[in-house]
Amino acid sequence: MTTSIWITLLNIFGVLIVTVLLAAILTWGERRLLGFWQDRPGPNRVGPFGTMQVMADMIKLFFKEDFIPRFADIPVFVLAPTVVMATMLIAFGVVPMSPNIGVADLNIGLLFVLAMSSIAVYSIILGGYASNNKYALLGGLRAAAQTVSYEVFMGLSLMGVVMMSGSFNLRDIVNAQAELWFIVPQFLGFFVFFIAGIAESRRTPFDLPEAEHELTAGFHTEYSGMKFGMFFVGEYLAVILIAALITTLFLGGWHGPWLPPIIWFCLKTALLVAIFILLRASLPRPRYDQLMKFGWKVMLPLSLANLLATAGVLLWTA
Amino acid sequence: MTGVIAKSVHRETAYSKEAGVFLRNLDQEYRFHNYWLQPDSGDMPTLWVDTQSLIPLLRFLKLEISRPFAMLYDISAIDERLRVNRGEGPEKQPSSDFTVVYQLLSFTRNLFIRIKIALPEANLSLPSISAEWENANWYEREVWDLFGIHFDGHPNLCRIMMPTTWKGHPLRKDHHARATEVDPFSLSEEKERKEQEALLFRPEDWGMARASEDAEFMFLNLGPNHPSVHGVFRIALQLDGEQIVDAVPDIGYHHRGAEKMAERQAWHTYVPYTDRIDYLGGVMNNLPYVMALEQLAGIQVPERAQIIRVMLCEFFRISSHLVFFGTFAQDVGQMSPVFYMFIDREKLFGIVEAITGGRMHPAWFRIGGVAQDLPEGWDKMVREFLDYMPARLRDYDGMVIKNKLLQKRTRGIGVYNTAEAMEWGVTGPGLRATGLEWDLRKKRPYSSYEQFEFDIPSYDGGDCFDRCRVRVDEMWQSLRIIRQCLENMPAGPYKSDHPLTTPPRKGRTMQDIETLIQHFVNNSWGPVMPAGEVCFPIEATKGLNSYQIVSDGGTTSYRTRIRTPSFPHLQMIPLMSRGLLIADLIAIIASIDFVMADVDR
Repeated sequence: MTTSIWITLLNIFGVLIVTVLLAAILTWGERRLLGFWQDRPGPNRVGPFGTMQVMADMIKLFFKEDFIPRFADIPVFVLAPTVVMATMLIAFGVVPMSPNIGVADLNIGLLFVLAMSSIAVYSIILGGYASNNKYALLGGLRAAAQTVSYEVFMGLSLMGVVMMSGSFNLRDIVNAQAELWFIVPQFLGFFVFFIAGIAESRRTPFDLPEAEHELTAGFHTEYSGMKFGMFFVGEYLAVILIAALITTLFLGGWHGPWLPPIIWFCLKTALLVAIFILLRASLPRPRYDQLMKFGWKVMLPLSLANLLATAGVLLWTA
Repeated sequence: MTGVIAKSVHRETAYSKEAGVFLRNLDQEYRFHNYWLQPDSGDMPTLWVDTQSLIPLLRFLKLEISRPFAMLYDISAIDERLRVNRGEGPEKQPSSDFTVVYQLLSFTRNLFIRIKIALPEANLSLPSISAEWENANWYEREVWDLFGIHFDGHPNLCRIMMPTTWKGHPLRKDHHARATEVDPFSLSEEKERKEQEALLFRPEDWGMARASEDAEFMFLNLGPNHPSVHGVFRIALQLDGEQIVDAVPDIGYHHRGAEKMAERQAWHTYVPYTDRIDYLGGVMNNLPYVMALEQLAGIQVPERAQIIRVMLCEFFRISSHLVFFGTFAQDVGQMSPVFYMFIDREKLFGIVEAITGGRMHPAWFRIGGVAQDLPEGWDKMVREFLDYMPARLRDYDGMVIKNKLLQKRTRGIGVYNTAEAMEWGVTGPGLRATGLEWDLRKKRPYSSYEQFEFDIPSYDGGDCFDRCRVRVDEMWQSLRIIRQCLENMPAGPYKSDHPLTTPPRKGRTMQDIETLIQHFVNNSWGPVMPAGEVCFPIEATKGLNSYQIVSDGGTTSYRTRIRTPSFPHLQMIPLMSRGLLIADLIAIIASIDFVMADVDR
């Protein structure tokens, strides 16, 4: 019994520390990758290959004046950035990384993740509202509209996976993919979830809430110091979370030949994260109304069609 | 004196014939004949009228005359109170304390004309023509701001360049040119409070209502510091949600008084200041300035110098368009192209650096030629660049122009047609994107452009996307021109033999004392340009750019008016953006391709 408590604790803190560290390292990794794709070095001065850039950034963020504007709604302003970080970290609790790594084995794991990522948007909306700044307000409004519409089919796109595996438990879903990854029968679902996932983590081309060229910094215009840092890390946590979820739901999770399961999981997730970054390097940003139109007129029918087809096939073969 | 100081030699220009036709038409078709033609104006016909007959004449020229003058090219003024040389005998200009100068352009006649109004100091007012031409609005505000000349009937005659709290009118001759000419600046609490108060935003002052019947508007202050306004440019936005109800541009944050500085710099030492007007255009800015002076002094520029100038100008056209292209993609949210384009621009600056020694602001053209001859091995560098660039441009075509998302964002956004473009004073790529193939390099070739083979790209959508495509195609044409320069570079001197060339040639200075004296004087004081007035428009990177120079026969300019293309372009923003979203406004701003130094000067 004592050993299992230790293992659980190790799991909890292991996952917590590793994800936060990964998110921090990703701030460097993204800039290096972007640099690589844009014919420039990226941060390469601090430490070997610039890896210590993360430390330099942390030090800077911690020592910067943490400015709270006089006109802000102070309690909400302070609370907002913690929400995104907390929810993202909690969501990682149910993601199974290998047969024996993973914090909780929840039977509604998938719903739990979706719920957590929905709560995360409060962070953006509250941050935008509490800043009492017009750019932040517009950013918050965009985030609200975007999340509400993209979450609808984000959930719907996963129902095919749930039907095929017969469970909301992420571990069961991974196990159901031992023979065939769900990306093959559920390609449409994968496609829709991938796009919705980008929108959910507010990455380019769906970064309208912070659209630098239009709204300066959108919802976090007024944030500085570690509060800004939390939004920043929250965004990277979201990227990793979405990548880990796609791995779990569509790419067979830890399954793979020769290498140990955890390595497979990490490789797949890292590849997806790199694709996220590549998208940022290559695509322009659609306009707000175009984004909405695309969501409701293309993505929603697609996910519904996928749901219908999956249900039909399952009933036919049953 | 005549031995040392040359007299003004206005050469017969290719447009003298068109000017003659215009004057005959005017004589036959205009009923009033109440104008005086300035005889010694060789660069364009110059008519003097009184304040009452201004509007009838302008209306006639815009609407009634055969082949009318569709564009109000410029409005400026001259403080004549200290001017000595204003013509002798029959050439003597009407007496005037302040002269307001209107410049019109006829596309069908291919002719610029100038209309002048003499004003006495006691009554500095004349009727506003903002009802005749839309773009007169800002020009008249500028003249009011800098000269204190009142335009009756102007809808919103307030300061445009200077702060609202400014005292005096800077371009008047009695206004100080440097801070050291007045008492040290101090900011008392009272003054600080007043300045702060003047900055308060009241929608009513900007002609905006606070609410409509069913909605309360939000006012967003976009700029002067904002990632997408390309400098220090401010737009006050009246928003209904994210939709733009009205947009009011506010300029003047980059105003450095370049025109005032021209009045205390020697002719030669002003060249580096011109570089910084359109700071992406580099030596392209030197060209209208030195060519105007060359016309004034009658300097014949050697052929080699002319071709070198063309080559450098086209390099800077590519450089400026690359910046436009990259930032355009970036403002629509595409992150990477700008980095690739800056790499190309870096290569290009490598060549510019090898030839001129400078990069962005080489200040390399001289009155009568260029500063040095081309360095050894320049042809190899240029050839390498010409072989390298096409592949890159083809890449960008796939990356940006063919990108569906970018097309969705920019097609049908910020549309205006040719008639609107002329009404608002739009020139350059913005005009050619409306389908009018009008490029000064073809229509009125200067600096040997007539010897080159190139096309004028044009598209007829008049939207953001077409403005971008025109510029991309222009880069291809510039590459063509540069290749022709490379292959046909003539031999010969790079600078004229004329005594007013700066710096004067040194060859014979040790032979006779007269030449030595002149060389010394021209190097220390700078040359003395003959008295006269001249203006030379060129097709710059962003549109028509010209320096209207008044010389009083001294070592400095009496008045230098810099007509820049970006100034009228910004005035159009409200027309282009009403009813669209903020994101569209950003695309529109990017598609105009302005730099604030080019607007405020």
